[in-house]
Amino acid sequence: MFTQIYLLRFPKDTSDQPFVYRLVKEYDIEFNILKADILLQREGVMIIELKGSTKNNVKAGLDFLREMGIKVERLAARIRRDDEKCFQCGACTAVCSAGALYIKRPEMSVIFDVEKCTGCSLCVPLCPVRAMEVSLGDTWILSEEFTV
Amino acid sequence: MANKKITKTYDEINARIKAGEAVVVTAEEMVGIVHQEGVEAAAARVDVVTTGTFAPMCSSGMFFNFGQMTPTIKASKVWLNKVAAYAGLAAVDAYIGVTEPAEDDPLNKIYPGEFRYGGGHVIENLLRGEKVLLEAKAYGTDCYAARKMKKEIGLDDLSYALLCNPRNGYQNYNCAVNLSDKTVYTYMGMLKANCRNANFCSAGELSPLLNDPLYKTIGVGTRIFLGGGYGYVTWKGTQHNPVVPRTKGGVPTKPAGTLMVQGDLKQMSADWLRGVSIQGYGNTMAIGLGVPIPILNAEMAEYTGVSDNDIVTQVIDYGHDYTNGIARSYGEVSYAQLKSGEIIVNGKKVQTVPLSSVVKAREIAENLKHQIKSGNFLLNKPAELLPDGA
Repeated sequence: MFTQIYLLRFPKDTSDQPFVYRLVKEYDIEFNILKADILLQREGVMIIELKGSTKNNVKAGLDFLREMGIKVERLAARIRRDDEKCFQCGACTAVCSAGALYIKRPEMSVIFDVEKCTGCSLCVPLCPVRAMEVSLGDTWILSEEFTV
Repeated sequence: MANKKITKTYDEINARIKAGEAVVVTAEEMVGIVHQEGVEAAAARVDVVTTGTFAPMCSSGMFFNFGQMTPTIKASKVWLNKVAAYAGLAAVDAYIGVTEPAEDDPLNKIYPGEFRYGGGHVIENLLRGEKVLLEAKAYGTDCYAARKMKKEIGLDDLSYALLCNPRNGYQNYNCAVNLSDKTVYTYMGMLKANCRNANFCSAGELSPLLNDPLYKTIGVGTRIFLGGGYGYVTWKGTQHNPVVPRTKGGVPTKPAGTLMVQGDLKQMSADWLRGVSIQGYGNTMAIGLGVPIPILNAEMAEYTGVSDNDIVTQVIDYGHDYTNGIARSYGEVSYAQLKSGEIIVNGKKVQTVPLSSVVKAREIAENLKHQIKSGNFLLNKPAELLPDGA
């Protein structure tokens, strides 16, 4: 099983295409739409979790999306930790099922491994000092503008 | 050596600090020293053990005086950046508590609430050199005619700013689980349903009161590291309860003693006083606190040699028991187990989650160690020790 959350951007002219249907039908991918803002004749944005039996399976689906002119990005690439703000408590490790946020022992320091992050964003509102940030556009935004 | 009983006085230790000869180690380092050398030898060699903790500590706040204007005012309601302060002190004196959320905060109306801004954030803003908006209302008197006041103030504009925390440094704390079938958002963090995480909040072997479990050296006037500067223990904190079950080494097996502390906010730093938002629960502040412990004798060497293996706490259910006032433990676990990442509750493996920063606690203990070693921090003999319940 391979699961990852993606940020999709639809150019104006692609928003009427049944791409989710084709992802399921032709690429055998499970999906979970977490957030969508798609209007006719406007650029659309969607946060979608894709689950396939293998990484290649999901990759084929993503290639199809790209061919349709959709910009695809891992949501994890849009999550970062402000190391100045983080005080290394470890509260975030409770919600990180991907193991991207974990405690390094015996130091008890809190590590963020962006490679393992699936982009679920549960850590964002949980962090006591809001050190985890998500950005969907050019600027970094905080959790209150982003509720997945 | 083995038969020689060591005793030292505060004056002798301070003389060694001034001469740059004091042997100062952190509470973590002391564990190994006592283990290898024994308590008598450790007491002979080590003069001071430094402790530290950095975690959310709810009972905290700032007394401040915001200065008069013309006509003068006797403020009866005061806000800083829309966070209400308590104004029932005097004309332009108030106290802002760190758990007070901003007045326009949606709280838990959108559950779980985010609690983005509260009293702790106001204090952090001031320490970062930022201005905050002060608003005050008054009913007006012959000597204080003004009815309202509105001005931007920074820390420098306050003639007086005192960090005053009626309860800090809890000696041990519960390990929190949730045995109910829905997620709960508590002051111990988010607890998943059916006991899938166990949250704990203590620096363990680095924690101040766990290194002086029977309050033999900590009391009124103990000079401490507080919020990046220095401060003092001014008395026992609220809920201080020395009469609890203890291990053979005297360490309480559940929450026990607490400290009331204070210090001049103007010499503190935002690195060690951080406004905190606890999802679904509320606002508070993470505080850096460190207490130096004089090794007056072998007894103090033994206490400060305590390790995470020797410190235990109780597993408490926050899904049902806590809010219903039911005192029931689902088992006793050591901090060594808690820090290992996994404990067993009701026969099931549960992931442990720390809320207290061990990294920062260690930094505080190191900071205090260097201040003492360099002769910049002397030890105060308490005017009165904290009540030990005896």
